Amino acid sequence: MALQAIAFYLLAFVTIAAGLLVVSARNPVHSVLFLITAFFSAAGLFVLLGAEFLAMLLIVVYVGAVAVLFLFVVMMLDVDFAALRQGFAQYLPIGGLVGGILTLEMIFVAATVASNGAAAKNALPNASPGGVPNTEVIGRVLYTDYIFFFQLAGLVLLVAMIGAIVLTLRHKPGVKRQDIGKQVARTPKTGMELVQIKPGEGISE
Amino acid sequence: MIGLPHYLVVAAILFTIGVFGIFVNRKNIIVILMSIELILLAVNVNLVAFSAYLHDVAGQIFAMFVLTVAAAEAAVGLAILVTFFRNRGDIAVDDASMMKG
Repeated sequence: MALQAIAFYLLAFVTIAAGLLVVSARNPVHSVLFLITAFFSAAGLFVLLGAEFLAMLLIVVYVGAVAVLFLFVVMMLDVDFAALRQGFAQYLPIGGLVGGILTLEMIFVAATVASNGAAAKNALPNASPGGVPNTEVIGRVLYTDYIFFFQLAGLVLLVAMIGAIVLTLRHKPGVKRQDIGKQVARTPKTGMELVQIKPGEGISE
Repeated sequence: MIGLPHYLVVAAILFTIGVFGIFVNRKNIIVILMSIELILLAVNVNLVAFSAYLHDVAGQIFAMFVLTVAAAEAAVGLAILVTFFRNRGDIAVDDASMMKG
């Protein structure tokens, strides 16, 4: 139990510290790297809760795909990021005030819900009820009760993929590409030209 | 003894950091997108914590759908950002008013 508490506080601290550094880092590349750290520690918190499948999903989807996508875009765009930080100090007090109030309110609500809500009667986390492994539990529910939502999620991803391609696809004029039809339609007559050269003049064309 | 409130507090702080990030980085749309990712991560932590302490797997299924939508949102958002950068040569969001008639 003590080990679990140490792990929880360590992971929670790293998650929150990395989250703060994401929004305050000067260099966006560092922001992306701290975002990866935050996701990694959050995955650790999921493991502590017993939700191993979601933890692995978080690492594969976020660290493997989304964060790398962010990194790719940040490095591809040639932007003066120092100019974009204008107004950081200006919005710091009001942002801190709103954030502080929001945190306090949410902590009060969380404390109330946790002590009086339906979850209060269960003292220990159990992400896989029935004693079956977590992945199996999720699979059994996901492919039966939530099958339509699952397929809808696939559709959302398909639309996002097509949307991203449509938005960024650009046809450059004047690019030389291989035209197989043209190559096949070529005959020796059109492909070769015999030129009669007079001595001492060369080809002027 | 780590209970449900501990996880809820972590999620609340993470959520607030995301909102705070949108507040203070109003010009940098890349950091705004990352702040949205942080907010969705906080939501996921909440969902998984409640799922674990209620002994009900439905919360984890919802967290998975949130993950799906977040990935789609990041892809489309970054695609819009790349298109915007190509058209303007800059990504400052306060003068993104091209759609204004």
